[in-house]
Amino acid sequence: MLRVFPFFLQAAWVTIQLSVLSCAMGLVCGALGAAARLSRSPALRFTGATYVSVIRGTPALIQVFILYFGGPQIGIQLEAFEAGVLALGFNIGAYMTETMRGAIISVDRGQNEAARTLGLSRFETFRSVILPQALRLMIRPLGVNINALIKGTALVAAISVVELTYTAQRYIGSTYKPFEMFLLAGSIYMVIIYVTGLGVSWLDRRVALK
Amino acid sequence: MGLDFSVVPAFAGALFSGALWTIAITLSAAVLSFFGGIVFAVIALYAPLVIRYPFRLFAWLFMGTPLLLQLFLIYFGLIQIGIDLPAFVAGVIGLGLHFAVYNSDIIQAGILAVDKGQYEGARTLGLSRIQTLRKVVVPQAVRSVVPPIGNNMIALLKDSALVSVIGVAELTLSSQMAISRTFRPFEFYVAAAACYYVINLGLEAGLRRIERRIQLAR
Repeated sequence: MLRVFPFFLQAAWVTIQLSVLSCAMGLVCGALGAAARLSRSPALRFTGATYVSVIRGTPALIQVFILYFGGPQIGIQLEAFEAGVLALGFNIGAYMTETMRGAIISVDRGQNEAARTLGLSRFETFRSVILPQALRLMIRPLGVNINALIKGTALVAAISVVELTYTAQRYIGSTYKPFEMFLLAGSIYMVIIYVTGLGVSWLDRRVALK
Repeated sequence: MGLDFSVVPAFAGALFSGALWTIAITLSAAVLSFFGGIVFAVIALYAPLVIRYPFRLFAWLFMGTPLLLQLFLIYFGLIQIGIDLPAFVAGVIGLGLHFAVYNSDIIQAGILAVDKGQYEGARTLGLSRIQTLRKVVVPQAVRSVVPPIGNNMIALLKDSALVSVIGVAELTLSSQMAISRTFRPFEFYVAAAACYYVINLGLEAGLRRIERRIQLAR
Protein backbone atom coordinates (compact mmCIF):
# COMPACT_ATOMS: atom_id res chain seq x y z
CA MET A 1 0.00 0.00 0.00
CA LEU A 2 2.81 2.40 0.93
CA ARG A 3 4.66 1.47 -2.24
CA VAL A 4 1.76 2.47 -4.53
CA PHE A 5 0.81 5.59 -2.58
CA PRO A 6 3.05 8.02 -4.53
CA PHE A 7 1.49 6.85 -7.79
CA PHE A 8 -1.97 7.52 -6.39
CA LEU A 9 -0.92 11.01 -5.34
CA GLN A 10 0.40 11.72 -8.83
CA ALA A 11 -2.86 10.44 -10.27
CA ALA A 12 -4.82 12.58 -7.81
CA TRP A 13 -3.00 15.63 -9.13
CA VAL A 14 -4.14 14.72 -12.67
CA THR A 15 -7.72 14.31 -11.40
CA ILE A 16 -7.53 17.73 -9.74
CA GLN A 17 -6.20 19.34 -12.93
CA LEU A 18 -8.94 17.68 -14.97
CA SER A 19 -11.57 18.88 -12.49
CA VAL A 20 -10.36 22.47 -12.30
CA LEU A 21 -9.88 22.94 -16.04
CA SER A 22 -13.16 21.31 -17.05
CA CYS A 23 -14.98 23.19 -14.29
CA ALA A 24 -13.66 26.49 -15.66
CA MET A 25 -14.75 25.49 -19.14
CA GLY A 26 -18.11 24.30 -17.83
CA LEU A 27 -18.75 27.65 -16.14
CA VAL A 28 -18.02 29.48 -19.40
CA CYS A 29 -20.25 27.11 -21.41
CA GLY A 30 -22.92 27.37 -18.73
CA ALA A 31 -22.89 31.17 -18.76
CA LEU A 32 -23.02 31.27 -22.57
CA GLY A 33 -25.71 28.59 -22.62
CA ALA A 34 -27.85 30.38 -20.05
CA ALA A 35 -27.42 33.68 -21.91
CA ALA A 36 -28.48 31.98 -25.14
CA ARG A 37 -31.49 30.30 -23.53
CA LEU A 38 -32.68 33.59 -22.04
CA SER A 39 -31.95 35.78 -25.05
CA ARG A 40 -34.51 37.53 -27.20
CA SER A 41 -33.33 35.89 -30.40
CA PRO A 42 -35.27 32.69 -31.24
CA ALA A 43 -32.21 31.29 -33.06
CA LEU A 44 -30.03 31.66 -29.96
CA ARG A 45 -32.76 30.22 -27.75
CA PHE A 46 -33.06 27.24 -30.06
CA THR A 47 -29.27 26.73 -30.10
CA GLY A 48 -29.13 26.85 -26.32
CA ALA A 49 -32.04 24.46 -25.90
CA THR A 50 -30.53 22.01 -28.42
CA TYR A 51 -27.15 22.12 -26.65
CA VAL A 52 -28.76 21.28 -23.31
CA SER A 53 -31.06 18.62 -24.69
CA VAL A 54 -28.45 16.78 -26.79
CA ILE A 55 -25.70 16.85 -24.16
CA ARG A 56 -28.00 15.88 -21.30
CA GLY A 57 -29.74 13.25 -23.42
CA THR A 58 -26.61 11.26 -24.30
CA PRO A 59 -23.96 9.58 -22.12
CA ALA A 60 -20.89 11.61 -21.21
CA LEU A 61 -18.73 8.60 -22.06
CA ILE A 62 -19.97 8.67 -25.66
CA GLN A 63 -19.25 12.40 -25.85
CA VAL A 64 -15.68 11.77 -24.68
CA PHE A 65 -15.30 9.02 -27.30
CA ILE A 66 -16.73 11.16 -30.11
CA LEU A 67 -14.22 13.91 -29.40
CA TYR A 68 -11.19 11.72 -28.78
CA PHE A 69 -11.66 8.92 -31.31
CA GLY A 70 -13.95 10.67 -33.78
CA GLY A 71 -12.21 14.07 -33.65
CA PRO A 72 -9.35 13.16 -36.00
CA GLN A 73 -11.91 12.36 -38.74
CA ILE A 74 -13.12 15.94 -38.72
CA GLY A 75 -9.64 17.41 -38.29
CA ILE A 76 -9.52 17.71 -34.48
CA GLN A 77 -6.45 15.89 -33.20
CA LEU A 78 -6.17 16.06 -29.41
CA GLU A 79 -4.16 14.47 -26.64
CA ALA A 80 -6.27 12.28 -24.34
CA PHE A 81 -6.00 14.79 -21.48
CA GLU A 82 -7.07 17.73 -23.69
CA ALA A 83 -9.95 15.77 -25.17
CA GLY A 84 -11.00 14.79 -21.65
CA VAL A 85 -11.02 18.38 -20.39
CA LEU A 86 -12.93 19.66 -23.43
CA ALA A 87 -15.53 16.88 -23.42
CA LEU A 88 -16.10 16.98 -19.65
CA GLY A 89 -16.28 20.79 -19.65
CA PHE A 90 -18.69 20.90 -22.56
CA ASN A 91 -20.78 18.19 -20.87
CA ILE A 92 -21.02 19.78 -17.43
CA GLY A 93 -21.64 23.13 -19.15
CA ALA A 94 -25.05 21.86 -20.27
CA TYR A 95 -26.00 21.02 -16.68
CA MET A 96 -24.62 24.36 -15.48
CA THR A 97 -26.65 26.14 -18.18
CA GLU A 98 -29.80 24.84 -16.55
CA THR A 99 -28.58 25.64 -13.04
CA MET A 100 -27.75 29.22 -14.01
CA ARG A 101 -30.92 29.71 -16.00
CA GLY A 102 -32.97 28.34 -13.11
CA ALA A 103 -31.32 30.75 -10.68
CA ILE A 104 -31.80 33.73 -12.99
CA ILE A 105 -35.46 33.10 -13.68
CA SER A 106 -36.23 32.50 -10.02
CA VAL A 107 -35.28 36.07 -9.15
CA ASP A 108 -38.59 37.81 -8.52
CA ARG A 109 -40.03 39.44 -11.66
CA GLY A 110 -40.83 42.61 -9.77
CA GLN A 111 -37.11 43.26 -9.43
CA ASN A 112 -36.76 43.41 -13.19
CA GLU A 113 -39.84 45.57 -13.65
CA ALA A 114 -38.86 47.98 -10.89
CA ALA A 115 -35.32 48.39 -12.21
CA ARG A 116 -36.58 49.03 -15.75
CA THR A 117 -39.11 51.53 -14.44
CA LEU A 118 -36.31 53.35 -12.64
CA GLY A 119 -34.70 53.87 -16.03
CA LEU A 120 -31.99 51.20 -16.04
CA SER A 121 -31.31 49.62 -19.41
CA ARG A 122 -31.94 45.90 -19.96
CA PHE A 123 -28.22 45.20 -19.59
CA GLU A 124 -27.79 47.40 -16.52
CA THR A 125 -30.80 45.77 -14.91
CA PHE A 126 -29.33 42.36 -15.50
CA ARG A 127 -25.83 43.28 -14.34
CA SER A 128 -26.61 45.28 -11.22
CA VAL A 129 -29.99 43.93 -10.09
CA ILE A 130 -30.72 40.43 -11.36
CA LEU A 131 -27.26 38.86 -11.51
CA PRO A 132 -26.15 39.64 -7.94
CA GLN A 133 -29.32 38.03 -6.61
CA ALA A 134 -29.10 35.09 -9.00
CA LEU A 135 -25.46 34.41 -8.02
CA ARG A 136 -26.57 33.77 -4.44
CA LEU A 137 -29.13 31.25 -5.65
CA MET A 138 -26.80 29.42 -8.01
CA ILE A 139 -23.76 28.74 -5.84
CA ARG A 140 -25.10 25.68 -3.99
CA PRO A 141 -26.60 23.98 -7.06
CA LEU A 142 -23.42 24.72 -9.01
CA GLY A 143 -21.59 23.00 -6.15
CA VAL A 144 -23.71 19.91 -6.83
CA ASN A 145 -22.75 20.09 -10.52
CA ILE A 146 -19.07 20.38 -9.58
CA ASN A 147 -19.37 17.41 -7.24
CA ALA A 148 -20.78 15.36 -10.13
CA LEU A 149 -18.02 16.65 -12.39
CA ILE A 150 -15.24 15.52 -10.03
CA LYS A 151 -16.66 12.01 -9.97
CA GLY A 152 -17.26 12.25 -13.72
CA THR A 153 -13.54 12.81 -14.38
CA ALA A 154 -13.21 9.05 -13.80
CA LEU A 155 -14.65 8.59 -17.32
CA VAL A 156 -11.44 9.65 -18.99
CA ALA A 157 -9.83 6.49 -17.59
CA ALA A 158 -11.54 4.93 -20.61
CA ILE A 159 -9.33 6.98 -22.96
CA SER A 160 -6.25 6.06 -20.89
CA VAL A 161 -5.67 9.31 -19.04
CA VAL A 162 -3.63 8.20 -16.03
CA GLU A 163 -5.88 9.68 -13.36
CA LEU A 164 -7.13 8.13 -10.11
CA THR A 165 -9.57 5.58 -11.46
CA TYR A 166 -7.18 4.42 -14.17
CA THR A 167 -4.43 4.05 -11.57
CA ALA A 168 -6.71 2.17 -9.18
CA GLN A 169 -7.76 -0.17 -11.96
CA ARG A 170 -4.14 -0.82 -12.90
CA TYR A 171 -3.15 -1.65 -9.34
CA ILE A 172 -6.28 -3.72 -8.74
CA GLY A 173 -4.99 -5.83 -11.62
CA SER A 174 -1.37 -6.05 -10.45
CA THR A 175 -1.54 -6.19 -6.64
CA TYR A 176 -4.51 -8.54 -6.14
CA LYS A 177 -5.72 -6.19 -3.40
CA PRO A 178 -8.93 -4.80 -4.92
CA PHE A 179 -10.49 -3.42 -1.74
CA GLU A 180 -7.37 -1.66 -0.53
CA MET A 181 -6.90 0.00 -3.92
CA PHE A 182 -10.58 0.97 -4.04
CA LEU A 183 -10.43 2.45 -0.55
CA LEU A 184 -7.23 4.33 -1.36
CA ALA A 185 -8.57 5.87 -4.58
CA GLY A 186 -12.02 6.33 -3.02
CA SER A 187 -10.69 8.20 -0.01
CA ILE A 188 -8.67 10.53 -2.22
CA TYR A 189 -11.84 11.32 -4.19
CA MET A 190 -13.66 11.95 -0.92
CA VAL A 191 -10.94 14.35 0.23
CA ILE A 192 -11.09 16.28 -3.06
CA ILE A 193 -14.90 16.43 -2.92
CA TYR A 194 -14.90 17.36 0.77
CA VAL A 195 -12.45 20.23 0.27
CA THR A 196 -14.41 21.45 -2.77
CA GLY A 197 -17.58 21.32 -0.66
CA LEU A 198 -15.93 23.47 2.02
CA GLY A 199 -14.95 25.98 -0.68
CA VAL A 200 -18.51 26.09 -1.99
CA SER A 201 -19.99 26.65 1.48
CA TRP A 202 -17.43 29.37 2.14
CA LEU A 203 -18.36 31.11 -1.10
CA ASP A 204 -22.04 30.68 -0.31
CA ARG A 205 -21.61 32.30 3.10
CA ARG A 206 -19.60 35.17 1.62
CA VAL A 207 -22.30 36.18 -0.83
CA ALA A 208 -25.18 35.51 1.57
CA LEU A 209 -27.30 38.45 2.64
CA LYS A 210 -25.75 40.06 5.67
CA MET B 1 -10.68 10.85 -44.03
CA GLY B 2 -14.10 12.44 -44.42
CA LEU B 3 -17.33 11.36 -42.84
CA ASP B 4 -19.42 8.64 -44.40
CA PHE B 5 -22.55 7.66 -42.53
CA SER B 6 -23.50 5.09 -45.17
CA VAL B 7 -21.39 2.52 -43.29
CA VAL B 8 -23.80 2.62 -40.34
CA PRO B 9 -26.85 0.76 -41.74
CA ALA B 10 -24.81 -2.43 -42.28
CA PHE B 11 -24.40 -2.63 -38.50
CA ALA B 12 -27.96 -1.62 -37.65
CA GLY B 13 -28.71 -5.11 -36.35
CA ALA B 14 -25.73 -5.08 -33.97
CA LEU B 15 -26.61 -1.60 -32.73
CA PHE B 16 -30.22 -2.64 -32.26
CA SER B 17 -29.29 -5.63 -30.13
CA GLY B 18 -26.90 -3.37 -28.22
CA ALA B 19 -29.77 -0.96 -27.61
CA LEU B 20 -31.91 -3.84 -26.31
CA TRP B 21 -29.13 -4.77 -23.86
CA THR B 22 -28.89 -1.15 -22.77
CA ILE B 23 -32.63 -1.11 -22.11
CA ALA B 24 -32.45 -4.46 -20.28
CA ILE B 25 -29.59 -3.37 -18.06
CA THR B 26 -31.21 0.01 -17.36
CA LEU B 27 -34.54 -1.53 -16.41
CA SER B 28 -33.01 -4.24 -14.21
CA ALA B 29 -30.77 -1.74 -12.45
CA ALA B 30 -33.70 0.69 -12.13
CA VAL B 31 -35.83 -1.92 -10.37
CA LEU B 32 -32.92 -2.90 -8.10
CA SER B 33 -32.17 0.74 -7.31
CA PHE B 34 -35.81 1.54 -6.55
CA PHE B 35 -36.42 -1.30 -4.09
CA GLY B 36 -32.85 -1.10 -2.83
CA GLY B 37 -33.41 2.61 -2.23
CA ILE B 38 -36.50 1.88 -0.12
CA VAL B 39 -34.67 -0.75 1.93
CA PHE B 40 -31.65 1.54 2.37
CA ALA B 41 -33.86 4.44 3.40
CA VAL B 42 -35.59 2.34 6.06
CA ILE B 43 -32.23 1.05 7.32
CA ALA B 44 -30.75 4.55 7.43
CA LEU B 45 -33.72 5.86 9.42
CA TYR B 46 -34.93 3.02 11.61
CA ALA B 47 -32.30 0.26 11.96
CA PRO B 48 -30.48 -0.21 15.30
CA LEU B 49 -27.38 1.92 15.80
CA VAL B 50 -24.91 -0.90 15.09
CA ILE B 51 -26.41 -1.32 11.62
CA ARG B 52 -27.32 2.29 10.95
CA TYR B 53 -23.89 3.83 11.38
CA PRO B 54 -21.85 1.36 9.33
CA PHE B 55 -24.57 1.63 6.71
CA ARG B 56 -24.33 5.40 6.58
CA LEU B 57 -20.58 5.07 6.11
CA PHE B 58 -21.17 2.68 3.22
CA ALA B 59 -23.68 5.07 1.67
CA TRP B 60 -21.30 7.99 2.08
CA LEU B 61 -18.54 6.00 0.39
CA PHE B 62 -20.79 5.09 -2.53
CA MET B 63 -21.94 8.66 -3.04
CA GLY B 64 -18.47 10.13 -2.86
CA THR B 65 -16.68 7.89 -5.34
CA PRO B 66 -17.10 7.51 -9.10
CA LEU B 67 -19.40 4.83 -10.45
CA LEU B 68 -16.66 3.64 -12.81
CA LEU B 69 -14.40 2.90 -9.85
CA GLN B 70 -17.21 0.95 -8.17
CA LEU B 71 -17.79 -1.09 -11.32
CA PHE B 72 -14.09 -1.96 -11.46
CA LEU B 73 -14.23 -3.01 -7.81
CA ILE B 74 -17.30 -5.19 -8.27
CA TYR B 75 -16.19 -6.81 -11.52
CA PHE B 76 -12.39 -7.09 -11.30
CA GLY B 77 -12.16 -6.91 -7.52
CA LEU B 78 -14.64 -9.61 -6.56
CA ILE B 79 -13.01 -12.10 -8.96
CA GLN B 80 -9.83 -11.82 -6.92
CA ILE B 81 -11.61 -12.88 -3.74
CA GLY B 82 -13.28 -15.75 -5.59
CA ILE B 83 -16.65 -14.24 -6.53
CA ASP B 84 -16.90 -14.50 -10.30
CA LEU B 85 -19.94 -12.56 -11.49
CA PRO B 86 -20.96 -12.46 -15.16
CA ALA B 87 -20.34 -8.96 -16.55
CA PHE B 88 -24.07 -8.28 -16.98
CA VAL B 89 -24.82 -9.19 -13.35
CA ALA B 90 -21.86 -7.17 -12.08
CA GLY B 91 -23.06 -4.21 -14.16
CA VAL B 92 -26.63 -4.43 -12.86
CA ILE B 93 -25.44 -4.76 -9.25
CA GLY B 94 -22.98 -1.86 -9.63
CA LEU B 95 -25.46 0.49 -11.30
CA GLY B 96 -28.32 -0.68 -9.07
CA LEU B 97 -26.43 -0.19 -5.79
CA HIS B 98 -24.98 3.15 -6.85
CA PHE B 99 -28.38 4.59 -7.71
CA ALA B 100 -30.06 2.84 -4.75
CA VAL B 101 -27.89 4.98 -2.49
CA TYR B 102 -28.94 8.14 -4.35
CA ASN B 103 -32.61 7.05 -4.31
CA SER B 104 -32.39 6.24 -0.61
CA ASP B 105 -31.41 9.85 0.10
CA ILE B 106 -34.54 11.07 -1.70
CA ILE B 107 -36.82 8.44 -0.16
CA GLN B 108 -35.56 9.26 3.34
CA ALA B 109 -36.64 12.84 2.81
CA GLY B 110 -39.99 11.54 1.52
CA ILE B 111 -40.50 9.32 4.57
CA LEU B 112 -39.70 12.17 6.94
CA ALA B 113 -42.18 14.35 5.07
CA VAL B 114 -45.08 11.93 5.67
CA ASP B 115 -47.30 13.37 8.38
CA LYS B 116 -46.39 11.95 11.81
CA GLY B 117 -50.08 11.43 12.53
CA GLN B 118 -50.13 8.71 9.86
CA TYR B 119 -47.52 6.75 11.75
CA GLU B 120 -49.14 7.31 15.11
CA GLY B 121 -52.60 6.50 13.76
CA ALA B 122 -51.42 3.22 12.24
CA ARG B 123 -49.62 2.21 15.45
CA THR B 124 -52.73 3.05 17.47
CA LEU B 125 -54.82 0.84 15.19
CA GLY B 126 -52.56 -2.03 16.22
CA LEU B 127 -50.20 -2.32 13.24
CA SER B 128 -46.66 -3.35 14.10
CA ARG B 129 -43.74 -1.00 13.31
CA ILE B 130 -42.85 -2.94 10.18
CA GLN B 131 -46.46 -3.13 9.00
CA THR B 132 -46.83 0.59 9.56
CA LEU B 133 -43.76 1.33 7.48
CA ARG B 134 -44.65 -1.15 4.77
CA LYS B 135 -48.36 -0.38 4.35
CA VAL B 136 -48.77 3.21 5.48
CA VAL B 137 -45.61 5.30 5.50
CA VAL B 138 -43.53 3.99 2.59
CA PRO B 139 -46.36 3.95 0.01
CA GLN B 140 -47.13 7.61 0.74
CA ALA B 141 -43.46 8.56 0.80
CA VAL B 142 -42.72 6.90 -2.52
CA ARG B 143 -45.50 8.79 -4.31
CA SER B 144 -44.13 12.16 -3.35
CA VAL B 145 -40.62 11.33 -4.54
CA VAL B 146 -41.36 9.92 -7.99
CA PRO B 147 -40.17 12.99 -9.97
CA PRO B 148 -36.65 13.19 -8.42
CA ILE B 149 -36.29 9.40 -8.65
CA GLY B 150 -37.25 9.71 -12.31
CA ASN B 151 -34.33 12.10 -12.79
CA ASN B 152 -32.05 9.50 -11.24
CA MET B 153 -33.37 6.89 -13.68
CA ILE B 154 -32.49 9.15 -16.60
CA ALA B 155 -28.99 9.51 -15.18
CA LEU B 156 -28.90 5.72 -14.79
CA LEU B 157 -29.70 5.20 -18.47
CA LYS B 158 -26.77 7.39 -19.47
CA ASP B 159 -24.41 5.85 -16.92
CA SER B 160 -25.27 2.40 -18.24
CA ALA B 161 -22.73 3.26 -20.98
CA LEU B 162 -20.05 2.72 -18.34
CA VAL B 163 -20.67 -1.02 -18.17
CA SER B 164 -19.14 -1.27 -21.65
CA VAL B 165 -15.74 -1.06 -19.93
CA ILE B 166 -16.38 -4.33 -18.08
CA GLY B 167 -17.44 -5.99 -21.32
CA VAL B 168 -21.24 -5.96 -21.43
CA ALA B 169 -22.17 -5.82 -25.13
CA GLU B 170 -24.61 -2.95 -24.76
CA LEU B 171 -24.97 0.00 -27.10
CA THR B 172 -21.56 1.56 -26.42
CA LEU B 173 -19.63 -1.68 -26.73
CA SER B 174 -21.51 -2.79 -29.84
CA SER B 175 -20.67 0.51 -31.52
CA GLN B 176 -17.05 -0.06 -30.51
CA MET B 177 -17.14 -3.48 -32.13
CA ALA B 178 -18.47 -1.93 -35.33
CA ILE B 179 -15.70 0.69 -35.12
CA SER B 180 -13.00 -1.93 -34.78
CA ARG B 181 -14.16 -3.41 -38.09
CA THR B 182 -14.74 -0.19 -40.03
CA PHE B 183 -12.32 2.29 -38.37
CA ARG B 184 -15.08 4.90 -38.37
CA PRO B 185 -15.41 6.04 -34.74
CA PHE B 186 -17.15 9.34 -35.41
CA GLU B 187 -20.05 7.85 -37.38
CA PHE B 188 -20.71 4.99 -34.97
CA TYR B 189 -20.40 6.98 -31.76
CA VAL B 190 -22.77 9.58 -33.18
CA ALA B 191 -25.16 6.76 -34.16
CA ALA B 192 -24.91 5.35 -30.62
CA ALA B 193 -25.53 8.81 -29.16
CA ALA B 194 -28.63 9.12 -31.35
CA CYS B 195 -29.90 5.75 -30.06
CA TYR B 196 -29.35 6.84 -26.45
CA TYR B 197 -31.20 10.06 -27.19
CA VAL B 198 -34.20 8.17 -28.56
CA ILE B 199 -34.25 5.72 -25.62
CA ASN B 200 -34.00 8.72 -23.32
CA LEU B 201 -37.04 10.35 -24.96
CA GLY B 202 -38.97 7.11 -24.49
CA LEU B 203 -37.93 6.90 -20.83
CA GLU B 204 -38.93 10.51 -20.21
CA ALA B 205 -42.35 9.90 -21.78
CA GLY B 206 -42.79 6.80 -19.62
CA LEU B 207 -41.85 8.70 -16.47
CA ARG B 208 -44.29 11.48 -17.31
CA ARG B 209 -47.08 8.92 -17.63
CA ILE B 210 -46.23 7.41 -14.26
CA GLU B 211 -46.16 10.87 -12.68
CA ARG B 212 -49.58 11.69 -14.15
CA ARG B 213 -51.10 8.46 -12.89
CA ILE B 214 -49.76 9.07 -9.43
CA GLN B 215 -51.12 12.61 -9.49
CA LEU B 216 -54.54 11.21 -10.35
CA ALA B 217 -54.37 8.61 -7.61
CA ARG B 218 -53.66 11.21 -4.96
